[in-house]
Amino acid sequence: MTTTLDRGALPGVLTVGLARGAVELKQFFRHKDQVIFTFSFPALILILLGSVFSDTYEGTGVSSGQVFSASMAGAGIIATSFLNLGIGVAEDRSDGTLKRLRGAPVPMSAYFIGKIVLVVVASLAELVLLLAVGMALFDTTLPADAGRWFTLVWVFLLGTIACSLLGLTISSFAKNAQSAGAITNLPYIGLLFVSGVYIPLVVLPGWMLDIGALFPVKWVAQGFRAALLPDSMAAQEPAGTWELGTTALVLGGWCVVGLVLCLVTFRLTARKER
Amino acid sequence: MTAIQVQGLRKSYNTLVAVDGIDLDIHRGQVFAILGPNGAGKTTTVEILEGHRTRTSGSVSVLGTDPARATRAWRARIGIVLQTANDAAELTVAETVRHFATYFPAPADPRAVIEQVGLTEKAGARIKQLSGGQRRRLDVALGIVGRPELLFLDEPTTGFDPEARRHFWDLIRTLAADGTTIVLTTHYLDEAEALADEVAVIAGGRIVARGTPATLGGRSTAKATVSWIDHDGPRSVLTDTPTALVNQLSGGGRELPELTVTRPSLEDTYLSLIGGAR
Ligand SMILES: Nc1ncnc2c1ncn2[C@@H]1O[C@H](COP(=O)(O)OP(=O)(O)OP(=O)(O)O)[C@@H](O)[C@H]1O
Ligand SMILES: [Mg+2]
Repeated sequence: MTTTLDRGALPGVLTVGLARGAVELKQFFRHKDQVIFTFSFPALILILLGSVFSDTYEGTGVSSGQVFSASMAGAGIIATSFLNLGIGVAEDRSDGTLKRLRGAPVPMSAYFIGKIVLVVVASLAELVLLLAVGMALFDTTLPADAGRWFTLVWVFLLGTIACSLLGLTISSFAKNAQSAGAITNLPYIGLLFVSGVYIPLVVLPGWMLDIGALFPVKWVAQGFRAALLPDSMAAQEPAGTWELGTTALVLGGWCVVGLVLCLVTFRLTARKER
Repeated sequence: MTAIQVQGLRKSYNTLVAVDGIDLDIHRGQVFAILGPNGAGKTTTVEILEGHRTRTSGSVSVLGTDPARATRAWRARIGIVLQTANDAAELTVAETVRHFATYFPAPADPRAVIEQVGLTEKAGARIKQLSGGQRRRLDVALGIVGRPELLFLDEPTTGFDPEARRHFWDLIRTLAADGTTIVLTTHYLDEAEALADEVAVIAGGRIVARGTPATLGGRSTAKATVSWIDHDGPRSVLTDTPTALVNQLSGGGRELPELTVTRPSLEDTYLSLIGGAR
């Protein structure tokens, strides 16, 4: 007697991964907390900051609002990668999503493909939203030439990858979604202050600049300023230049560190749960 | 053919021994129920069989595979309904079942599965809006949508109303008739009695009794209690030969007021089994 049904082939990993991506996106954009605190928050801060400070930088014709728009675009994609995954994966762990997937013929790689789809789409949407707010309210213009578009693309990619991996790592330290909200937002908000997003770098004390320079936030924000502002604004950076080479090195370095941390912590938590 | 073979299974959480030497043999096509008080080790045992938890010692084979080394192909052959789940709150019932079906090589029709668990009216509702019993029915739907050969259900009917429970029983009978092997844990003795070919009672991490619901714990051969009322008031006698006793008492057909002959119910047997194990 044969009792094993002929079931045909298992669905491909990519097929399952893309199906997960669709479901991840639905869940993200239907989740009010996520949409308000992760997705819309940077735009709200931008509107507030840009309306409070309305001066222009001497001899450049660039307004504070334009500078905030560029920097907040950086903060925005960090929200949709770092906060999104840090909170989302902790939630998946505590509400049983991960356990259900482990009990089904779903490889972990398909779960991660789903998360990549989520981060890419949400981050692009975030970037579009912040640029649209900037263009509507604060004279923001799209990158002026191909070189600047290229800068925007690689800063976006390296920034979202590094911050996604760090988000995955930090999710392992959260007991549940609420505690994940706290332990991700604390470093995020703190770093926004010392990274020239809320407050221009030139007015910060040296020790704050040093702390900010260690983490991705400053470099993503600075990279976006390089892509979206005229070169005359480079003089406003502490180094007096856009430091694109250093930006690529630091963000690339965080991608590698993030990957290692993420693999180690995921392995440890997977073991602890059983 | 065996679906599940377990020998000397043990599991400790630090110093607490949750499963303390369990042997099991579950045949293909069988409906096997695991009963036992809270904390007996039911979930621990079942989740080891599902590959969700590691074991401390013992050997386990589920559909010919050690669940600790589960492959995707093996996972596609089993269905799991966990004791609790709160995932996918923002999706609708239909979206979730349809999505889950895409994980499997030969899934059932999602719409038919939703119908089978009685959620058709709620198919468009967000999961966070379901009642406790409806949420549980969705979990059952996700357990069966992959058309598993072997289905694990950990307290599947918690929160079901009586009618939903009867529907669920019919569903399990249909699946069993199609050849699905079913392992379920439950606190409801009537459920075990209605569904199971075989029952094991676990207490303190050990199997304290096993058998068919009718013979469990020597139930079918247990002494019967004959009760009636005579001029001294209520009388009650425990006997191996109730028919002879009634015949003798009635003197060839005289009516005995309030005569009853009872054997221990499954519940009586169960309570004495787990009482003795404590
Ligand atoms: N992850 C865990 N860590 C530590 N102890 C655990 C863990 N899971 C279960 N236990 C303990 O192991 C014992 C058996 O638990 P288990 O969940 O298997 O019981 P159960 O028979 O399913 O109970 P219930 O009927 O309440 O669902 C309990 O004493 C419980 O406290
Ligand atoms: Mg249990």
